[in-house]
This record gives sequence, C-alpha cells and structure tokens, in this order.
Amino acid sequence: MSSQKKDEAKTIIEDVLEKPSSRRMFLKGASIAAAAGSAALAASYMSAADPASAGELKLRWQEYFKKNYRLMSQEEKDETVTRLERLAKFQDNMDVQIGTEPPTEKVLFGYAFNITRCEGFMECVTACVKENNLDRKTNTQYIRIFEMEPGQLDPSTGDGQYYHKVPVDDKFYMGVQCFHCENAPCIKACPTKATWKEPDGIVVVDYNWCIGCRYCQAACPYYGRRFNWGKGEVPKEEITTKQHYLGNRKRPMGKMEKCTFCIQRTRKGKLPACVEACPTGARVFGNLLDPDSEIRYVLKHKKVFRMKEEIGTQPKFWYFID
Amino acid sequence: MKAVPDKNLKTFFVDAIRWNLKGSIPFQIFRVLLLIGMGIGIYAYSFQARHGLSVTGMTDIVSWGFYISNFTFLVGVAAAAVMLILPAYMFHDPDFHRVVLIGEGVAVGALVMCLSFIVVDMGGPLQAWHLIPGIGLFNFPSSILAWDVLVLNGYLLLNALVPAYILYSHYMGRKADERKYRPFVFLSIFWAFSIHMVTAFLYQGLPARPFWNNPLMGPRFLASAFAAGPALITLILAVIHSATSYKIDPKVFNKLRMIIVISAIINLLMLFSEIFKEFYFPTHHSISAIYLFFGIDGHNSLVPWIWTSVSVNLAATLVLAFNPGKNNPKVLLPACGFLFVAVWMEKGIGLIVPGLIPSPLGEIVDYLPTWVELGVTLGILSLGITVVTWLVRTALIIEQRYEE
Repeated sequence: MSSQKKDEAKTIIEDVLEKPSSRRMFLKGASIAAAAGSAALAASYMSAADPASAGELKLRWQEYFKKNYRLMSQEEKDETVTRLERLAKFQDNMDVQIGTEPPTEKVLFGYAFNITRCEGFMECVTACVKENNLDRKTNTQYIRIFEMEPGQLDPSTGDGQYYHKVPVDDKFYMGVQCFHCENAPCIKACPTKATWKEPDGIVVVDYNWCIGCRYCQAACPYYGRRFNWGKGEVPKEEITTKQHYLGNRKRPMGKMEKCTFCIQRTRKGKLPACVEACPTGARVFGNLLDPDSEIRYVLKHKKVFRMKEEIGTQPKFWYFID
Repeated sequence: MKAVPDKNLKTFFVDAIRWNLKGSIPFQIFRVLLLIGMGIGIYAYSFQARHGLSVTGMTDIVSWGFYISNFTFLVGVAAAAVMLILPAYMFHDPDFHRVVLIGEGVAVGALVMCLSFIVVDMGGPLQAWHLIPGIGLFNFPSSILAWDVLVLNGYLLLNALVPAYILYSHYMGRKADERKYRPFVFLSIFWAFSIHMVTAFLYQGLPARPFWNNPLMGPRFLASAFAAGPALITLILAVIHSATSYKIDPKVFNKLRMIIVISAIINLLMLFSEIFKEFYFPTHHSISAIYLFFGIDGHNSLVPWIWTSVSVNLAATLVLAFNPGKNNPKVLLPACGFLFVAVWMEKGIGLIVPGLIPSPLGEIVDYLPTWVELGVTLGILSLGITVVTWLVRTALIIEQRYEE
C-alpha cells in the first residue's frame, strides 16, 4: 500500500516537472503535489492507528490527555493502568498486570559490581532483555559488558563488542548500565520533567510524558539511556506480563527508556533480573539505608570506586575488587 | 501619502496575500519550486510519522543528527538580524533603516525553520503540549532546553510584531510611533544575543560531552552567526537590488562587508584557539576532535567535510577582507555564499555529530543522514524561504508606497 502511494506521489511530481506549460497549470500541479504529500502524511497517522474499535479509540483519547505520573492521584494512576491493560488486550490480545507500587520508606537502592568475579558470560544481559521486554528488532540492551585489558579501569577503553568464548586469560570484565546517579544530569536536562529520581533512588521515565527530544541521552555520561527509534517488537510468548508503570510495560515509539533496577521486581522485595541471573555472583544489590545489607558490607569492607567520579554525578553503582 | 479611510487590519492582510499571489513568471516558477520542495518534505516526513525516527540515520550513539545540526546553525542566522537592528534603530543609521525590515523577515523565516527542525526531530511531536507552561510541565529554570523554547518563541514574537506594527502604520499611511516600539527593539537586541548564547549553553552545559563542554562555545556561536547571517542577508539584498525596483545603497553592502569580515576573523581566531587546545596536548577529552579532523580507526566520514569547511571559510574570509575585486560584486557575492556554506558545514554537522562520537563508553560509529532526513530538511528549507519571500515582498511593497 505504501509503495503504491509512493508511485502516485512520484508521478504527480513528475507531471508537474514535465508540464511547465502555463502558470496556472504550474500552480495547480504544485498544490496537488503539496496536497498529495499531506494526504500521505494523514494516511500514515491513520494507518498507525489501524482499524480500531470505538472503545479502543476512547481509551487512547483518554490516555493522550493524562497527566505526568508524578502529579496523578492514586485514583488516576489506577485509571490509567486499567486503560493500559485494556489497550494491551485490544491491541495485542495480551493479559498484562501493570503495577504502580510506590517506593518503600527507608529504602535507597544501591548496586555493586565485583570486577574480580565477572567472567563476561552476559547472562545478565539476556535476563534483562527478557525481564524488561526490550526491543528484539534493534537488539536493545540496558547492560553492556566490556572486556578489559589488565591495567585499565575505565570501561570506555575496553571492548564492548566481543564475540568469543569467555573468560579469556589475562582479561577481565566490567558491566555498565544506568548508574541511577544521585546528581543525575539527565534529570536536569529534561525539558518536561518526564524523568526523575524516585524517593528510593531509582531514576525513572514516564514513557507517556516524554516528548522524545533526546536531550537526556546527550546529557548522560554513561550511555545509560535508550531511545525507541521505531516500534518495539517482542515475541508475544516472551513478554513478561508482570509489569510496572515506570518499568517494563510496553514503551510507545519515539520515547526514552532505561534501566529501572527492575522496579517491577525490586519494589516487591525481589532482586533485579541481572543480579538473579549472574552465575558468578558478581552483582550485589540492596538497600543502602539498611546497615546489615550485603551492599553496605561491600561498601564498608571492599575497595570500591565509581565510574567518572570527577563529573560529580554520584552514581549509586560501585565497582569493587575482591 | 494620505491615509485612505477604507484601509484596516483586514485589508492589510488581504493586500499582503494579494500582492504575494501576483508576480512575474520567474517569480511564480520560484514559488512553485518551493511548493514542490515542501511537498517532498511532507512526503518524506510521512515515513517518519509511520515508522518513527528509525528511518533516520540516527542511533543511540549519534542521537542527534542533521535536524539538530541545521537547527543550531539557523539559530545563528536568526540572531544575526541584530546586526541590522542595532545600527538601524539604535544609531539611526539611515542606510540600514531601509533594509532592517528585510533582516527581520529573514530572522522570522530562520526561526520558523528552527522550530520546525525541533518538531521533526522529536520522537513524540504530538506530546509537544507537555512543554506549554500551565497545561504541561515545564522544567524551568533547570533545563536549558526549556530556556531555549522560551527564548526562541519570544524572539519569534518580537521579530514578527515590531515589523508588523511598523508596516501596518506605513500601510495606513502614518509614521510609526517610535516611542511605542523602541522598548521592544531594545528587548529584541538583548534577546538576539540570548537566543544564541542559550542554544550554545544547551551543548556547553553537558559535562558528558567534552567536545561541547567548552566555555568558548557561546562566544564562538555569536561570532560565526554574525559572519554567516549578514553574508546571507547580503545575498538576499543583492537579489532584491537586481530583481526588484527597491534599490539598495552600495554603502549598505560596504557596511555589511565590514561586519562580516570582523566577525569571521574573530570566529577563525577562536577556532584556532580551540584547535590549539585539542591538539597541542591531546587528552582523552580530545578524541572527538581527533575523530572530526583526522578520523579514528577508519571512521573518517567527517574528515573531508571539516577540512573543506575550514579551507573555504579561510579563503572566503580573506577575499572579503582584502577585497581583491575592488568592490566587484562578482567577487564579493560568491565569497559571501561560500562563507555561509562553510559556516553551515562547520557549525551544523561539524559541531553536533562529533560531539556525540565517541559514545561515553568509547564506541565509534559513523553517521550519515538518510533520504528521509534530507527530504524533510529540503521541505523545511522551502518553508523557511517561502516565509521570507512572503514577508519581504509585503514589506517592500508597503515601504515603497510609503516612501512615495
């Protein structure tokens, strides 16, 4: 259908170019060309909608005018979640449960990464892609693993594209993901307050409020953010149905997304998928405000450091050596 | 000329449209070409509307490309109108007073293009209302992008309303009351500097991008803008001078040449200063500059681009400074054209793309715009030129009748 439209527009433009016989003809031809262009544009917005039922259109209309998540009352949050669940049923015939679990008091999440233990298996990456319903078409990944030469400690000097049997002798591995900075440049950059730090320290994005300007992506010193350049694709049978509004729910096209410390899991007391999947125990996650937590033990007893400390972003993500 | 009683705001707009629909055959052909350009732009954008920004050459690493490059450059063109406004309204320079409306028309056209480039670059243009204070949620004063939205729209208003008031007064056959518009002219002068400084701060304020995180960015933006903008205005004035009965005094061209030369030399000095800092003792913060000027590991798509830009810039500046043709327009006008293109190359793609390469994790990829980006850009440029021709044509007819 689209190629047919393309041909039509082309022939119209060719006609205009070939017949400069009179001024009137010329103007007429040009206005037809402009009209054809507009029609193609309108049609493309329509076709994005597909034939939708009146019920679905109403839901989408209500979704379009909803507020920023942070300004919603619990009632409004429940309403939008119900709408999103019904839309998932309408559009993809999926039964999903979208949660709005609030942060727990006296919880501040932190993360530590043991560079002695990591052997570069990338089980974490696979688990993350699966848990967070990341786009399979463009192979979106929140976690990057870099293979490092001895003598280096900055992941940007490592190889993030390795494709061979691991671990390799004399190399070590460093994982990078969103560091959930206390002083996050991305939050400062966002013109619409569509990204913010939750009280439990997780930096989240309101996918519906984001306008897709990508200023946060330019502002992030850790390559922690991913953009939905096209429509995300996840095989239906692989979709994780237990979701969170600020987490792994379906992301619209043209919006920013990022690691949320698996907010849909961690707010229910579970570990992030990457921590759970790690076969070597290189990943430590926990409550920084709990003096008995494993993360506090690591921070107290191990030599730790953070990436690009000089910028002053204060990541809540530490590397450590056994 | 006496005020004709049957003139009012309605006939002002009707006449403006009427005058613009008339015109010689070559002018109509020009108009039709612009319409075709806009049609192509809309057609190309329809792909983006359907498939998202995935049809562009941008990726998570090079997340801003051709659109934002053109936006950045055109902010400079818009700001450059101040180089006519300042002498015309503040120093009452009679030569500039006759051309200042043209400069403001160019500024409005450039701003329309700027805002269009922002809209087509957005992933969610339908959510743009989230930016409107009151119904949206505006991250002011924290986000520099929020500042940019304010200053660009404010400048557009100032540059549209002051000339509109003056033209309407002249259309009605009376003198424009200077006391009424002078405060706004003052404001627009400060505002012109602010739009370009704020746009520079957009990049300058990012510690994540060492190539941009550079205090010279703002001043250099101004210098390059005050070279490229007046160069464009010179070309437009030359076209008006030769194609219409509205004659431009040669003194205007001389004064513009002085402005261009001084700005271009300051710009080159600052460029030299930047190059010195990056290459005298390269640090890991110099990788973007190395990528831009010399390429890294075979990734060198911008190397010919930037060297072309720098050499053309240098040559055009020398020609304008030494004036080898003794004011021969056949020498000076092409020099203005080349200077304009050279600054566009450097301050557009040459500034935005290498700022994002390598990624903060050290990965190097190349960026090339796709046909969709080129098509949409053609459409926006056609739109901007159309706006300029409409405004300038209306202004010239009113001014000419008023002068009689």
